[in-house]
Amino acid sequence: MESPEIMEELTGIFRDVLNDESLKLTPELTAADVPQWDSFNHINIVAATEVHFGIKFKTAELEQLRNVGEFVKLIDSKQKLKHR
Amino acid sequence: MLDLYWLPECPDWKESLAHARGAAGPWPRLVGLANRRLDFVKTNQLDHLLEDSCPEQHTNGASDTPIRLAVLGSSTVTHLPPGLRVAALRRGLRLQVYVTGYGQYRQELFDSSSALHRFHPDVVLLAMDTRHVLGQMGDDNGTGAVENALSRLAELWQKIRATFDCQLVQQTLLPIFPGIVGSNEHRLGTSRRWRVSDFNHRLRQYADSAGVDLLALDASAEQHGISAWYDDALWHRAKQEIHPLAAPMYGELTMRLVAAQRGRSSKCLVLDLDNTLWGGVIGDDGLEGIALGQGSALGEAYVEFQRWVLDQARRGVILAVCSKNDEANALLPFERHPEMLISRSDIAAFVANWGDKAANLRVIAERLNIGADALVFADDNPFERNIVRRELPHVAVPELPEDPAFYARCLADAGYFEALSVTAEDLERSRQYQANLQRETLRASATDLNGYLASLKMRLWAQSFDAVGLKRVVQLINKTNQFNLTTRRYSEAEVEAWIGNKSVLGLQFRLTDSLGDNGIISVIVGKLDDMDAKRMIIDSWLMSCRVLGRQVEITCLNILVARAKALGAAEIVGEYIPTAKNNMVREHYSKLNFLPVQEDPDGRSVWRLPLQQYAPFDTCIEVHEE
Repeated sequence: MESPEIMEELTGIFRDVLNDESLKLTPELTAADVPQWDSFNHINIVAATEVHFGIKFKTAELEQLRNVGEFVKLIDSKQKLKHR
Repeated sequence: MLDLYWLPECPDWKESLAHARGAAGPWPRLVGLANRRLDFVKTNQLDHLLEDSCPEQHTNGASDTPIRLAVLGSSTVTHLPPGLRVAALRRGLRLQVYVTGYGQYRQELFDSSSALHRFHPDVVLLAMDTRHVLGQMGDDNGTGAVENALSRLAELWQKIRATFDCQLVQQTLLPIFPGIVGSNEHRLGTSRRWRVSDFNHRLRQYADSAGVDLLALDASAEQHGISAWYDDALWHRAKQEIHPLAAPMYGELTMRLVAAQRGRSSKCLVLDLDNTLWGGVIGDDGLEGIALGQGSALGEAYVEFQRWVLDQARRGVILAVCSKNDEANALLPFERHPEMLISRSDIAAFVANWGDKAANLRVIAERLNIGADALVFADDNPFERNIVRRELPHVAVPELPEDPAFYARCLADAGYFEALSVTAEDLERSRQYQANLQRETLRASATDLNGYLASLKMRLWAQSFDAVGLKRVVQLINKTNQFNLTTRRYSEAEVEAWIGNKSVLGLQFRLTDSLGDNGIISVIVGKLDDMDAKRMIIDSWLMSCRVLGRQVEITCLNILVARAKALGAAEIVGEYIPTAKNNMVREHYSKLNFLPVQEDPDGRSVWRLPLQQYAPFDTCIEVHEE
């Protein structure tokens, strides 16, 4: 799966979890930019993403994430590992 | 995964959600959506919509006032309320949830000015995490450690009981710890893994003696695996012991207990026959051709399912059959198949014809005198399931798995028949319904009702509330919906307090007849008026619908009048409070010759009966008093 597709599917997950159908994701977007994206919903986003892509994040990986772009990259690398 | 897999999928989720959002009076739509197979994201979305469109009490169609549930947790539990509210919605119940501040449950409980006290819960859910509870065990190396934690917990229960009049639900400990020793973990007394299982085991006895209901997360973890409930990494990240993915199931399991306490568990399992109780089609394949019994894996699977069904019947679930068949064909396996476990006499209502199943289910509910919402309909055929769901949204219709080997597990996982206790009456019930059928048959052939009733040789045993009947009386008070004048619910402690109270007349009635013992079937609570001791107010009057049309009510009134007179009353005052379910007793007091006092616009009415010139009703029932 290519990064734009991941971005699109991730957008769906963010919209569902944050209950905002108009939300647009950009690589630079951070939690600070979206009011509903609090620590509580962050947990939910991670859990929903793991289920959706069939992957599991490591504690250390999650601690390093700074924005949506890095999240997409992380998903991408995990997907590639999975399909190898 | 902890999937609500017995509920049907919702293929057009977003559209349905949007429709419900725009609808006027969205409650029925919301209830419908809650009865779909929802994961945690959809559960949260529905909860959001629920909170937006039905704010606070005004619920457009929800019949009851909201239930107030307080969650007392020691770590992060703020993600649990949506699952709880949606599970309540699934049952048509409105729920308000209060969560104590992080790590604050003890302070809030002991501080009478706290938000918890202001909330005044009907249900308290103790959701302390495993580490927290183990932390209260002290240094003892032996079993004393576990007992320490249990007695601290029991003290907490006492405090809650003394503070709130509520149902108390205690979450069991999740087995979150990896082992130290191995299979023989119990040989290391200090092992946290062993202590959790030891604690959970002993907790059962503590809970039973304190009247606390358990939310058995340990049993669910045993079946679905601990990783479905708990994730070590998530604990370290967010101090969430319950995984967000498990929150819908957590809510579902909890609300089963709350609903059961309010008499909202299902009462009757209605079974299709062909490919549900046996493999194949009896009308086509014949007695030798159907798959049932030893010799084939498929046949054995059906026998195993029948065994589970029979076990349910033996503990009080009513069985019925609803099948598209010629009746003679449908009866054949019951009468002639050597490996058929369920017999005709286990079935309280047997309907086999070519009519539509929704209409037949209505007939079954009517014949058994229960509401359609007390029925669970098990049918292998998706077409029949869907038409019943459409026609009768209150009937529970599980998505049975395609392989009959998993039927029993599916119905068990769906939890329709959740019970908080099993009384002697429960164990007797199927026999009673069966005897009822014989009575019905008698009635059909009898030309005059009085002759029929007289032939039953009925005896009514009236007795003041006592310790022996207490459990059954409380059960009747809390689960009777139809023949119930005021639908007031009382806890065991409240009813117990009336025993020996001179100004309260608590009467329990047991009915026997030539066909068997019906057990305790009616309860009346009369209270002498504080202002005027010559008036007795009937606080509650309820009766099991199994004994309708048998002159029980008028016989009870005869007894009530005599007892009230003995207490010095000159007048009895009755009250009818309408609910969605008790329309059948709207005219109760009028039929008993009470005089109308007032009727409110909402349908509530008050009635009085002067006792001086009261002439007892003639009945066919012989009265026995304690």
